[in-house]
Amino acid sequence: MAAIAETATSRLQLGPIFRDAVLAALVALVLSGPIMGLQTADASGGQGLVLNFRPAWVLWTVGVVFVGRLLLGFWWAHRAGRAVETPRALKALGAFLARIETPLGYAGVGFAIALPFLWFADRYVIDVATTVLIYVMLGWGLNVVVGLAGLLDLGYVAFYAVGAYSFALLAHHFQFTFWEALPLAGAFAAFFGIVLGFPVLRLRGDYLAIVTLGFGEIIRIVLINWWHVTGGPNGISNIPRPSFFGMPFQRNAPEGVTTFHQFFGLEFSPEHRIIFLYFVILALALITNLFTLRLRRLPIGRAWEALREDEIACRALGINPTNTKLSAFAIGAMLGGFAGAFFATRQGFISPESFTFIESAIILAIVVLGGMGSQTGVVLAALVLVTLPEFGRQFAEFRMLLFGAAMVAIMVWRPRGLLAYREPSIRLHRKGSGA
Amino acid sequence: MEYFVQQLINGLTLGAIYGLIAIGYTMVYGIIGMINFAHGEIYMIGAFVSIIGFLVMGLAGITWVPLALLIVLVCTMVVTALYGWTVERLAYRPLRGSFRLAPLISAIGMSIFLQNYVQLTQGARVKPLQPIVTGVLPLFTSPGGFTVQISYLQIFIILLTVVLMAVFTYMIAATPLGRSQRACQQDLGMAALVGVDVDRTISLTFVTGAALAAVAGFMVTLYYGVIDFYIGFLAGIKAFTAAVLGGIGSLPGAMLGGLLIGLIEAFFSGYFSVEYKDVAVFIMLVLVLIFLPTGLLGRPEVEKV
Repeated sequence: MAAIAETATSRLQLGPIFRDAVLAALVALVLSGPIMGLQTADASGGQGLVLNFRPAWVLWTVGVVFVGRLLLGFWWAHRAGRAVETPRALKALGAFLARIETPLGYAGVGFAIALPFLWFADRYVIDVATTVLIYVMLGWGLNVVVGLAGLLDLGYVAFYAVGAYSFALLAHHFQFTFWEALPLAGAFAAFFGIVLGFPVLRLRGDYLAIVTLGFGEIIRIVLINWWHVTGGPNGISNIPRPSFFGMPFQRNAPEGVTTFHQFFGLEFSPEHRIIFLYFVILALALITNLFTLRLRRLPIGRAWEALREDEIACRALGINPTNTKLSAFAIGAMLGGFAGAFFATRQGFISPESFTFIESAIILAIVVLGGMGSQTGVVLAALVLVTLPEFGRQFAEFRMLLFGAAMVAIMVWRPRGLLAYREPSIRLHRKGSGA
Repeated sequence: MEYFVQQLINGLTLGAIYGLIAIGYTMVYGIIGMINFAHGEIYMIGAFVSIIGFLVMGLAGITWVPLALLIVLVCTMVVTALYGWTVERLAYRPLRGSFRLAPLISAIGMSIFLQNYVQLTQGARVKPLQPIVTGVLPLFTSPGGFTVQISYLQIFIILLTVVLMAVFTYMIAATPLGRSQRACQQDLGMAALVGVDVDRTISLTFVTGAALAAVAGFMVTLYYGVIDFYIGFLAGIKAFTAAVLGGIGSLPGAMLGGLLIGLIEAFFSGYFSVEYKDVAVFIMLVLVLIFLPTGLLGRPEVEKV
């Protein structure tokens, strides 16, 4: 083995590497030629399409692929003799993060609580932070289904939509306030989860993924077309805002109602509501986190993780797979429903446009990139994915492209997540004894 | 009755297109047991390549329709097949032997990537194309004055599908590649042991699947005359439904499922509601999976430890 390695490194074979690079460049030429090189555009004035030629794009692509493949070839040739090892830096970072996860978590919570009162926190920052927290909550909710129970749910946004619409409709028709409707929204979403899950959870994992995807689309199509209930594509507006123990955030209160700023003797400021909303979602997210962390230690949580690893073994041990999966599905759906109700009250307006498949894909990307099953990973991934487009239009345009590429790359290189590190729960020998 | 026949013709045309896409799903699933979620996007790329091809034909001054159709069809199949090959090479091959959901997640990532790639390079607007194959063949007129007709384009689509299916069935049944594919479908490890080049077979499976999806994209471009970067998503799910309905892993099943889904969609939109036609297909998918998980022509799957 060592001898082979030596010849491989000492006589670096330029020929095959070069040939591979040329082939890759040729493939890139054929791939990018029509799609990138010839852009279809509306003809000016008339009907139909015209073609714009963009040879520069093609040349750049081909060049980048050629050079990239060449470098990759050299890298592989250079590495050929050595044992393949996982990137040590990432692993060490992962282990380090795993060690400081608990203090880091507390620090993160502390920072999140202090955020609205820090010097740089203006309306914009708090708005973005609220969005991040919505995605964190959704990510944690989906993590129960995907990360813990190992059920790939591609229609998670359906439960988010059910939560949002049930609150909006309850408020619209029966004058429910946010706090009254919140548990109901969660219950409705969980109910939908059970209704959907009951027939399909016996299916294999990947069938389940497609069925949930179909379910997400069904909900969206129904929301668009059942217009006399849901308002159709126009959605529902004038959704009530949450109140602080019955005290609304308004400049001028109606008769007999004390507003928030009057009660606390503050100057009225529209920022109060923004900050309050931020704290509401922060509390919801933290409760979600505690809830799932606790669940993981209960028998049901153990059963989820066991089921993810080996369904047949679980069945042999007397775990009822359908009920166990159903509970994970319902709990994940309920958390999505809570997040949906919050989304509705925060926006004040909802329409089916907010609940497309892309939204499901973003939530899934957050869970996958964070390392399935990791609570901290979800926070980091949500932070990156939500704030990335805020840095500029360039990023916003390429955001979904990068999402897609990142999902593939993560699966290829680090399928357990970018910084995933798992300490085994039980060892045969004591740590450090070398066995 | 006349209306029924008309919907039947429309449904068969649609079904031919779904069937061609469904073959790609069913072949890949049969061999490596993964849902190639990006297959719908491959079909979308086929549609884009063919619309670009027609524009190039216009610029090159090739106006004889059969020649233009042939050139565009061949070019679309080649380019799209190469996309299929590249996707497999980059996103799926490194994942052999990874955990169960890894290829599916990778495929979803690939699907999002391809969709946005086309959106960024070609723009988000709908791309219209003037009708290239025109003319209709009136079949008969009912006493009520409703004329049942079949357009030359529909005849072309159905004939082309039949020809492709014949070629494809021959390929599977009687060529070395087909034999390798059937061997891989039965047992990957055993096939490798007796000398089948598994990687090459899987690659070629993706290539053939993508080429057939490209034909579907080409047909849709001609048939509807408008495409956008988002068409792959719905068509992909419907074709997958078709593959499941026919029995995943079974090639005649995929074609049969495609035809059934096309007919269901045409009749549902003809008799009930156009808005909910997609819902009908999704509900069909759920019902099939619950009550007939092996599909119409599929074999039951035995899970072993």
